[in-house]
Parts: sequence; C-alpha cells; structure tokens
Amino acid sequence: MEKFITLTSTIVPLPIENVDTDQIIPARFLKATSKDGFGDNLFRDWRYDKNDQPIASFVLNNPTYTGQILVAGKNFGSGSSREHAAWAIAGYGFKVVVSSFFADIFKNNAMNNFVLPVVVTESFLAEIYESLSYDSKMTLTINLEALTITNNTYGKSESFDINPYKKECFVKGLDDIDYLLSKKTQIEAYEKAR
Amino acid sequence: MKTLFDKIWEAHVVSTVEGGPTQLYIDRMYCHEVTSPQAFDGMRKRGLKVFRPAQNTCMPDHNIPTIDQESPIADPISKNQVDTLTKNAQDFGLTHYQMGHEKNGIIHVVGPENGLSLPGMTMVCGDSHTSTHGALGAVAFGIGTSEVEMVLATQCVFQSRPKTMRIIINGKLKKGVTSKDLALYVIAKTTTGGATGYFVEYAGDAIRALSMEERLTVCNLSIEMGARGGLVAPDEVTFEYLKGREFTPKGEEWDKALAHWKTLKTDEGTVFDKEVTYQAADIEPMVTYGTNPGMGMGINDTIPTLESIDEAGRISYINSLKYMGYEPGEKIVGKAIDYVFLGSCTNGRIEDFRQFTDYVKGKKKADNVIVWLVPGSWAVDKQIKAEGLDKILIEAGFQLRQPGCSACLAMNDDKVPAGKYSVSTSNRNFEGRQGPGARTILAGPLVAAAAAITGKITDPRI
Ligand code: SF4
Repeated sequence: MEKFITLTSTIVPLPIENVDTDQIIPARFLKATSKDGFGDNLFRDWRYDKNDQPIASFVLNNPTYTGQILVAGKNFGSGSSREHAAWAIAGYGFKVVVSSFFADIFKNNAMNNFVLPVVVTESFLAEIYESLSYDSKMTLTINLEALTITNNTYGKSESFDINPYKKECFVKGLDDIDYLLSKKTQIEAYEKAR
Repeated sequence: MKTLFDKIWEAHVVSTVEGGPTQLYIDRMYCHEVTSPQAFDGMRKRGLKVFRPAQNTCMPDHNIPTIDQESPIADPISKNQVDTLTKNAQDFGLTHYQMGHEKNGIIHVVGPENGLSLPGMTMVCGDSHTSTHGALGAVAFGIGTSEVEMVLATQCVFQSRPKTMRIIINGKLKKGVTSKDLALYVIAKTTTGGATGYFVEYAGDAIRALSMEERLTVCNLSIEMGARGGLVAPDEVTFEYLKGREFTPKGEEWDKALAHWKTLKTDEGTVFDKEVTYQAADIEPMVTYGTNPGMGMGINDTIPTLESIDEAGRISYINSLKYMGYEPGEKIVGKAIDYVFLGSCTNGRIEDFRQFTDYVKGKKKADNVIVWLVPGSWAVDKQIKAEGLDKILIEAGFQLRQPGCSACLAMNDDKVPAGKYSVSTSNRNFEGRQGPGARTILAGPLVAAAAAITGKITDPRI
C-alpha cells in the first residue's frame, strides 16, 4: 500500500450533517463482488439525476472544487457497516476525510482502506468553510508524523488523534491481516486456555 | 466491579497491541452475500484457508427475491452475488443455508432462532444490525469487509474498546406500545450519533418484562443511535427461549452452559461511562417524520419547528423535511400513505406477525395501499402457517411473501417508487433506502397494521 506521511491538497467541501452510508453509496450499487469501480458511484443520487445526467449544483460536478481531501459535516458515515462506502471514497481518489465527528464503523473501514479520517473541532471546520468562501483553491496540509492539520489560508493548525498502531500502519503501508496472521500461535494458545 | 460488557469483552482478549487496539477472539461470524465476496477474494489472494470453519455460518439474505424463490434469480447481478456466496462457502468448507433452505432467512433472525447465537459469546457479521444478537446477553457488532477477512483468516478482529452506557427504562409500557416504539423513543432522545463510541446495556423493569423477540428488536436498533452494539443481561426469559433450539447445548452441556450464563450480569454498583433513565409510561406509539431514525415522535405529536433545531443543523433539517414532503410544526397522523412493509431483522419475527394479524383480523386492507408482508425466515413462515395466521391475513386482503431483507433496503425488486410514502417496520428511513426517492416512515408492527387498514398514518389504539 502507498505510504502516507504528509499531504497538501485543495479540498472538496460537503457541508452536510449526518451523511449516511446510503448517500455515500446507495444500496443498489452493492452488488459487485470486487472492490473496483465504486468511485464512479460515490454520492450517486446527489451527483446524477434519474436520467444519469450530472446534477450541476452538486459539488463533485463543480470544477471549482477538486482535490484529495473531502471536508464533510458532522457525523459523517453513519448507518451501515458496508465497507463499500470507504471503497467509494478511496476509489474516487480521496485520501483524507475531514469532519468534526465520524460514525465508528466508517472510521475503521476508512482506515482499513488507507483513507485517513481526521477529526477537527467545530470551529476549525467552520473556518475551513469560511476560508473557502473567498478562496476556492485553499489548501489543507495533513501531517501524519506530527499529527497536525493546517488551514493554509489562515495559517492555523490543530492537532488530531489517531492510535499509534494505526498511524504506523499508514506510515508503513501495513495491513491488519498481516499482523494478525503473525499471531497464530497466540490465538491457538488462547483457544486451549479457555 | 464490572459491567456485563466488560466481562464478556475481557474473556475474549487475545492480546493488546502496544498503544493500539485489542485483538478480540470471535466465537461466531455470520456471512451474507453483500459484504463477504471481497473478503473471500482476499483469502484466495493470500492463499489462506478459513482458520475455524465451524464458527462461521453463511446465508444470502439481502438480494433474494421474495416471490418465486424456486426459480433462479432474474436479476443477473443479484444472482452473481448469491452464487458467489455459494461457491465461497463450498470452496472454504463453511455451513451455508442457501436460498430456499429451511434455515434460510435474515441472518439476525436465523441466528437466534436456531440457537447459533448464545449468551456470553462474541459475534460479528459484515452488517451493522449484528447488534441484534446482543439481546441474548452477548457482545455482537457489525464489521467491515476487511475485518470479515481478518476473522476468516484468524477468528480475531482488531477493535478499540468502546465506552459503556446503560439505558434504563423503568415502569411498564402502556397498552398498544411495542418494543419498536420503545427503541424509536430512545433513539429520538439520544439522536442518531448520540451513542457513538459506546456499547449499550439495556436495563430496568420495562426491559426485563420484554419477551426475547422484543429484546431482539430493541438491540437491533442500537446502531441507529451510533452505538457499537447493545445487550441485555440474560435471565429466565433468555434461557427459556434458548432451551431445545437446534444448536443450543444439550444435556450436561446445557447445565454447564446455564451455570455460566447465570453469572453474566453487571455487578451491583458498577459505574457506567454514561447512564440515562427513561419512564416507560412516557412512551407512545412512535413514527419518524424525517430521514434519519433519530427524527421520531409520538404518533399524535407535531414535527418540531425550525426554531427548536440547533442552528448548525437547520439546513439538513429543512432538506430532510423537504424530501419527506412535510412541514415543520405539522402533524403527520391522518396523512395518506402508499406502502406498508412488515418485516426485516427489526420486526420480521413471529410475534410481529401475531401483532399485525391480531390488529387486522376481521378488517379489510385499504384498496390504495400496497402491503408487503415478509417473514424474517422460513422458520417464521412455517410458524405463521402453523398458527393459521396466513388465513386471517388472506381474509383481510393480504398476501405473504417469501423471506429475505426485501424492502428494508430494496436490493431486490421490492422497491418503493419515488415520492411514495411507506410505513415500514424496518430500521432506516434514509433517503432512497427503500428505493430512489422513496419516503419512509419508521414504525412498529401495530402502527403498520393500522396504516394498512386505513391507508393513513393511524394511531392503532383508536
Ligand atoms: S433486514 Fe435490513 S437491516 Fe436487517 S440485515 Fe437485512 S437489509 Fe440489513
């Protein structure tokens, strides 16, 4: 997996609260048996109308906003445990999602697909939208080593949290299954002892 | 002093990663066709076998049609996903209840009714409503596909430990108020994100008084307030329910298990990270008016006005009501509806069908309403017929369909058309959940029955 240490990018704003997994990827797109192609249907019903024509007012169809960072409203990713939501976000090309609050399962799923969920304070989030209102090409910098996120328009930073193990996974491009497989003898010992 | 959650969790810790998550041992995993193919694929790519095949059970439920299951699935993409599960189960040597099998149905209905889900267990499935199984006194939660692969490969997952929360419901539910109403009430109080990061224990006399099936409904909905899961300490109701079911321990094994299960409770005086108490008598039959399960109210209440909503949330609130075609400050009781759905892992059990049937007995279905009655499993279907409920339903103008998830998420053909109103006993009223543009009003089986008879949102007590 690609390693992640710092990222500076323009952003795509989605200032909506409680964006649920059915919005991220509607259930009818869950019929695939591989992980590919979900990016095309990210936010499908907000992005395209009934005749599959792009809805101009939706942010992903607005050429002003591009980048590898999605900045979403509070309680992002609630709803189902479907990892397809994370595949859609990763598949579209986002490497980071910024919000003031994430649903639990989504957070795990995102990290398992090397999409970094960054939790910021409500005021930091509000400032991002504010900067964006006069500079649509504003950038954020995420530094995973220092655990900081910087609003480069305001020059303001805030620190965020990620557990040290997950941080190492991101930095080294490692995955949980490799780690668990290395623990087989311990698992067998646990089974015997119970 | 420990909570029940702590006891079960701690008994399943294999190791803790320095500064990281817990490696948790999983007693049972369920796999369905939607969230497992990529996990099996991953196993193949790594050249791995399933570590503990006997602890994994597969069945398709999300995609399967609810009529004519005897014929091959018409939708080629659904068929592919269902066939892929069959092949994966075969290749990896896992138990599989294929479509039409007498034990097929929605996983969260089938697991408990066969005694596959037991007190004290850790259980997972690539499905957020895995929280359902917590009703038996277990730690059960939904996981993503990467984690499904972890369990297939090692029977373990990485999890950070959730905080604990106790929700106490005191007193007695009023007549005509179901456990679904109780759960919708709690979610409305907590909001959809309000229990995020917590594992909930439900307690209090009102919970103790619930049947096993009613507890399953309550725990099922834990995820709708963001909780990792929910559980109820096992008691005589639990043991009575489990006794004699196909996969429950038998003879001496049963006695041994029972002795252990009886120890599964929160120690007196344990302090939870968060605790809230509600009065059962305050709960009315509930309906939702918006597009998340937290937007619920008593059936005769009015939709909250814009002023009563947090400023930051107003745009979402307005959009949500616009989608539903409702106005702030209005009542929705008496409003016309187009569809009724009885079923899902929330309300697709025999007691739900008994309640529905009891209400519609001797009445006639409203002509302008399409009603889907979908048993949660073939075992439920069999019981409906054994009790003759099907005849009463037919007489009232209804028809039974075949088991599956159906209109709960509309991955099969049971889709509510755009703009139409559906009173649904399922668990999610998200935009488009029951079909693109569909408008969902979540409710219990009694409100659903009343709507099916009158064609309107109706208080079932009148
Ligand atoms: S009935 Fe609905 S909520 Fe339950 S497992 Fe099926 S799709 Fe998910």
